[in-house]
This record gives sequence, structure tokens and C-alpha cells, in this order.
Amino acid sequence: MYRILEKQSLNTQVTKMKIYAPAVAKKAAPGQFVILRSHKDSERLPLTVADYNRAEGSVTVIFQVVGAGTERLNHLMVGDSLSDFVGPLGNATKLDGLKKVAVVGGGVGCAIAYPVAKALFERGTEVHAIVGFRSRELVILEEEFRAHSAKFLPVSDDGSWGEKGLVTDALRTLIEGGESYDEVIAIGPLPMMKFVSLLTKKYNIPTVVSMNPIMIDGTGMCGGCRLTVGGEVKFACVDGPEFDGHLVDFDEAIARSSMYRPTERRAHEDTCNLFGKEVE
Amino acid sequence: MANMSPKKTPMPTQEPSVRAHNFDEVALGYTAEMAVLEADRCLNCKTPACVAGCPVGIDIPKFIQKIKVGEFEEAYRIVTNSSSLPAICGRVCPQENQCEGKCIRGIKGEAVGIGRLERFVADLHNQNDAAIVEIPTKNGHRVAIVGSGPAGLSCAGELAKRGYDVTVFEALHTAGGVLVYGIPEFRLPKSIVAKEIAGLEALGVKFVLNTVVGKTVTVEELMREEGFEAVFIGSGAGLPRFMGIPGENLKGVYSANEYLTRTNLMKAYLPDSTTPILRARRVAVVGGGNVAMDAARCALRLGAEEVSIVYRRSLAELPARKEEVEHAMEEGVQFRLLNNPLEILSDENGFVSGMRCINMELGEPDASGRRSPVEIPNSEFILDCDCVIMSIGTSPNPLIKSTTAGLEINRRGGIVVVEETGKTSLDGVYAGGDAVTGAATVILAMGAGKTAAKAIDSELSIL
Repeated sequence: MYRILEKQSLNTQVTKMKIYAPAVAKKAAPGQFVILRSHKDSERLPLTVADYNRAEGSVTVIFQVVGAGTERLNHLMVGDSLSDFVGPLGNATKLDGLKKVAVVGGGVGCAIAYPVAKALFERGTEVHAIVGFRSRELVILEEEFRAHSAKFLPVSDDGSWGEKGLVTDALRTLIEGGESYDEVIAIGPLPMMKFVSLLTKKYNIPTVVSMNPIMIDGTGMCGGCRLTVGGEVKFACVDGPEFDGHLVDFDEAIARSSMYRPTERRAHEDTCNLFGKEVE
Repeated sequence: MANMSPKKTPMPTQEPSVRAHNFDEVALGYTAEMAVLEADRCLNCKTPACVAGCPVGIDIPKFIQKIKVGEFEEAYRIVTNSSSLPAICGRVCPQENQCEGKCIRGIKGEAVGIGRLERFVADLHNQNDAAIVEIPTKNGHRVAIVGSGPAGLSCAGELAKRGYDVTVFEALHTAGGVLVYGIPEFRLPKSIVAKEIAGLEALGVKFVLNTVVGKTVTVEELMREEGFEAVFIGSGAGLPRFMGIPGENLKGVYSANEYLTRTNLMKAYLPDSTTPILRARRVAVVGGGNVAMDAARCALRLGAEEVSIVYRRSLAELPARKEEVEHAMEEGVQFRLLNNPLEILSDENGFVSGMRCINMELGEPDASGRRSPVEIPNSEFILDCDCVIMSIGTSPNPLIKSTTAGLEINRRGGIVVVEETGKTSLDGVYAGGDAVTGAATVILAMGAGKTAAKAIDSELSIL
């Protein structure tokens, strides 16, 4: 069960893995996520579904190696099996009735933004893909975005790929240039989603963001993934993971995401030492 | 001649000062001598009130008589005629409100230690692996069970014994539900749960892990596509509640479910665990149920210097099992009774730095018959703490009801069933345990699982 069918390194930090999980593949839809454990004693790791193939019974995830859990996952090879793989969890992206959408992806969040862009594009929606990375060597899914968008706007922090600047700059340029969108879908680091939402609020464009907080069970039981949306407590696993970006309390979500940062850093260093690597 | 001691034969326990720092089991169980001595306290009443107090109707005097004469395996067999999980119930049932609450010996002294005796016969049986499992003849009917907690396990066990082909679907990576993620190791060793589950597997029950019914597969698909003739929903209580006070989303505020899951399921207390948990110095647990006691005692064992239960009523109203309250007190958990939180305070980094509380007094009885707590004006104070665990109950999980058309749900979000059978509004679909009642006890869930199993049997056996 949960055998790794394909594994590909998208850049030095990001890996794409296709996993055999027919029950999950049968139901998966863009926007949903899975929880996996690489080994019997691993942490439960929530990852958004990057792609799926019902005929083949496979689900693809894309992850960045950021801590001990993703480090160990990244050491598994094609033919190895994951200990656990459950899903699809959360609600699917609402794709119906959208004529023109700006899909904004940032960093490894592009792995989640891409299937949304693709699904919209295949339905005939006019997709403008605004895709940002820190620099050229971190770029992933460039060809895929190009192939599934009417407009493709690459940006990077250092100008080594596409325009120099932030995704918000590119989005503002488009809006002020007269583009009008039914919706903006922003998926990336919390600060990016926050600033995209602040920008689109000014222009009154409905905005959807995908939240990826710390969680354990993914079925509503633990409440660890709670966030404040429009003044109400919501659970990302059962109420989300997508929410109205204009209502999410991003500052709180940013604070909560750092709860275990000191512990994670230690664990990552331990794992790296275990594998005989230098900690970046 | 009966043992007329007014007190129960004491059960050895780990010293409070020692056990407050480890996750090993607190209560160590009776020896055979102690069990016989305690069994001799039973008067073998003609009309035994204890049996009426047991949600699964164990023939209590009969099994105790067998202990008196040293026929322990026979005593075990009598218990398992009515209960699928005796080693678990002997440890976690609130006996003082059930069998022992009705015991005649309880009028002038302490009731017979029925729970301790149940545990004794079950543990002894489990130590002797020689016991041969009789595999029942299969009757060809297939039943799906949703959730592997106490309701699901008991329903699965009852049906398997009657020859049904039973498959249990579990959302998590380990079977056992609240018995593994909720109740801590020191109160219910996970090896005991694993043993009970292995026993069900030996009976032919299949466990399918990592499957969220309502997401991976729906109840309707189980019946239409996968060929199950009946489905029992025992999916548990659901989403943790919060108070709605400021500061509840600060770093260092947990639901009891999350705190316990990190500790028990993910083993955050072990030095090499991959799942982190905050190692807090001063922990405040809000609530007074068994879950609150478990969270408080876990916090102590995770190294907290000071752990307080913050509860808005008084000691008499604490809903937790008496033994848990006593054990928590012995271990040094502080009970801040008649206190209610108003706000959780933050340090400059967004971590919990304290909790503003107010003193309460008991006013008139409310709808539940309990005296409702009222704030005492100008009695606010700040409780120094760096971690807050909210243990104030749960609200129903939407996953199954939102994906099961026609399943009737009550005002509080519980699944509506006919009490005598566990039948829901959908043909062939049964439910029981916390998914129906809201948060309750292991034994009530087991009773509901058993009731539904009987009803499923009477429906399918005539086909």
C-alpha cells in the first residue's frame, strides 16, 4: 500500500512524489489535501493534492523539505511505501461559474495553485497566472503554468527570473491596467496571501486563499488547525482549507504557525546530522 | 462467611510522587489473593442491583462467585458473555455511578470493587495466551463499522461472535479511537487496547485504517458499491469546543483533544517522538470532566511544575470519575474550583502568559438540575500560566452527516436513533456512542454498540 510510483526533484528543496493510493485518487479534487506518515513513527504531515490519476490510482504531492518530517519523507525512493496516507480531506475548490480568474502562486504554494489553474483552464476559464519565487533556482512548474494560462506573469524577488518584484506588484499592474477578475485565488506563504488579500480588498475582488496550518487528525477532532475567519473560529480541516481572504485573520495565523519553530529547528538539525548533512 | 470489611480491599498503586513523572500505569491491579478477599465481600444478593446498574448487563454476582472459588477463567467467560472489552471497562468505567453505585454494601461502607475484579479476571486471561479462540461459523452477511472506538469495537465484537463478516473503518493510522488517542497510557495501557483489538482480529474482524468515512468513502457507497448490508456509525464526538473568550488562539492554548492526541497517539512524551508538544511550566486546564483530569495529569508527566484544574462549579459537581479526581489530587494537581476564565493573556511573542479569571458562586439549579455558577463581582484575578488546555466538551462532527443524505440529525447535531435498537432514519444504518449522545462514557458507547449489534443481527438473520 501507498507505494511511491514516481519521484522527481523539482529544485534543490522541492520534491514531487506520485503515490499509489486508489481510494484517495478516486475521490480527490483540486483544493483538497491528504495526511501522510512516511514511517511508522513519523509525524502526521498534511499536504495538498497536487495531482491525481483515477485510472492509475495515484495521487501526487509536492513538498518542500523544511523539517524533520519532510526530510525523512524525501529519503524514500521509488518502490518504497509510505506508512500511512489518508484523504482526500477538506473541501474542493469551487470552480464553477468563473469566467476570468487571477491565480496567484508563491514559492512551493505554486504546487497547490497549479492544479487549480489547470482545472479552471480546462473548464474554459480565462486564467491569468501570476507566479512568484525568491530566485530562478527555486522555480517549479513553469511549463505547466504556461500551458494552462491565457497570461503568464513570472516574478522573482531578485529579478533572476521574470520581472523583479512581488506577486502583488504584478497583480496591481494587471488590475490597474484594466483587467477585471471574477475572483483571485492566492496560494503561497501566509504573508503573500495576506498582502494579496489586502490589495484585492481595495478593488473589491472576491479572493480565495488556501490555509495550511498545523494539524494532526485532519477530521475536526483536534482543533489545532483553528483560525479566525470573519471573527469566528473555523477549523481549516473541515471548514476549509480555502477561505475568503478578506475575512481571514492572517496575523493570528502567522503567529500560530510559529508555535513549534524552536522545536522544529532542533529536530531538523538532528535529522540532518543523522543523514550526515550540513544544516543550511 | 462474607468478608464484612466496610472498605474495599486496597489496590496497589504507584506512589503519587513517582507516578506523577512517568507514563506507566497508575493502578497496578489485584493479586489473586486480593481478588478472592474482595470477592468475599459480595453478598450474592437474590435481586442484584449491581446488574441493573451495568449498561451492558454483566452477570456480576455470578462472575464474582467464581472468583471466590478460584475459577478465574470461568469468571472471565461470564464477563465476556456480556462485555467485549473487560480489561478496558475494568479500568475506565465510572463504576461509582453504575454497578458499584447500586451495590448494597455501599450503604454502610464501600461498594464491592466490581471494576477491580473485572479488571483482574481480564488481565489474568490476557496473560495466559493459551486461551483458544473459537472462530464462529460465518453466516455470509457483511457489516461495516465506522470508527474503531468503544462503540465500534463492541458492535464489531458482538457481530463477529455471531458469524458476521465485519469490517471496521478507522480514520486514524491506529485502531482504538478515544482509547488510543484520548485516554492516557497511565490509565489505560495501549498494549491492553492492542490486545483487545488483536482478539477481535482473531475472531475475523477486519480493520481498514486511514479511511475517513464521509470523505474517502461515503456510507451510501459502503452499502451500494461495497456490498455491506448494514452500517454502524460510531464515529465519536467530534469538534472540540472553545469558550469564545479573547486569547484562545494564542500559542500555548490547546483543546484537550489536541493535547491528548499529541501525547497519547503521537507519543510526544517519548524523547524521540517526531510530534512536538509545548513543555509548559504552569498549565491551566479548563473543565472538570475525565478528559480534563487526563490532560492535567499528562501535563504533570510532561514536566509542568504546576498544573491547575479551573472549574466553574464546586467539587461536588465535578463530572469526572471519582478515582481520577483522587488520583489527580494525590499527584499534586491543584483544583481551582468556582473559578471561570475571562481572557487568556499574551506575552510579547504571542505565547500564553496568564489567564484572567473570576470567582464564582453557586446560584439556583439550572435546567440540568445542577446549581448554576454566578460570577462574584470584583473578584477577578490573574492565574499565572504559560499553557491553557480547553476541556469543555465537543460539538458534533459534520463529516458524515454532510455526506449522508437522509440521515436525521437532532438539534444538537447528534444522529437520531431509536434508543432500543440504534436504528437511524436510513434503512440498514445504525449509530451509537458519542456520535449519537455527544460526549459520554466508554461503557455507554459500548452498550450502544452492543444494542445495535443485536438489532442488526435480528434484521439480517431473517434474510
